[in-house]
Amino acid sequence: MGLETILFLILAIGAVLTALLVVTSPSPIGSALYLVGTMFCLAGLYVLLSAPFLAAIQVIVYAGAIIVLLLFVIMLLNLRRIEETISKGWRIAGLVVAGLTLFALFMAIVRGSSVLPGMPSLPEGFGKVAELGKILFTKYLYAFEATSVLLLAAMIGAVALVRKESGEGGKDAN
Amino acid sequence: MQIELAHYLLLAAVLFGIGAMGVLTRKNLIIVLMSVELMLNSVNLSFIALARHAADQEAQVIVFFVLCVAAAEVAVGLAILISVWRKRGTMNIDALSALKG
Repeated sequence: MGLETILFLILAIGAVLTALLVVTSPSPIGSALYLVGTMFCLAGLYVLLSAPFLAAIQVIVYAGAIIVLLLFVIMLLNLRRIEETISKGWRIAGLVVAGLTLFALFMAIVRGSSVLPGMPSLPEGFGKVAELGKILFTKYLYAFEATSVLLLAAMIGAVALVRKESGEGGKDAN
Repeated sequence: MQIELAHYLLLAAVLFGIGAMGVLTRKNLIIVLMSVELMLNSVNLSFIALARHAADQEAQVIVFFVLCVAAAEVAVGLAILISVWRKRGTMNIDALSALKG
């Protein structure tokens, strides 16, 4: 077994285990912390797949920003584990639907595995910032500008949603 | 054992299935949100695996856009979650049954 195989196995098992813990952990804090583990394992896999820039972005945006945001909300609202009374029938239905999705994906991959491409040699600078930037700022320039509008809209939307309503002490009275 | 594209795609499928399981069986809103993040990430993994094996960097640019959308989704999702918390005082999805016929 080569080094790449061993690294893949470690990272894949880590990702699956932490992902299982995310969806089964009773407390939201535990879920958020296990999600950090999943993100780090995925970032490692991105490095194996020659995507160093995206691995860095994954750690910075997910582990650094999104999880911290989630943890802040959990702590500010003082969320604890809640009573999750879900009827047995619905739980089984959920598991069956998720299992069927998984099965369909498995079948598609296994049946199509003969036509999947192998490992081609990569051009110089593949996945590096300069090369990605070239594509991002030429071919996908309009999409890139649209993302900035999307992020602005999300920011304004978030502020508008959590703004205190009138009569709660804020001075905006509408 | 040589690691091929199919292994990465299978791993992405497993992560997607786990995320779907979380969305469908959990009742805590914030954990449902995290499960959605998990599903988005599994799709990112398959994009990057395909980018590596097709030697095409455009798939990596798509992942960049998915990350932007995920960040916006979390921001708005958490804002909705906070307003649900203020209005209902609970994180349970069952509190949001106003559309039930």
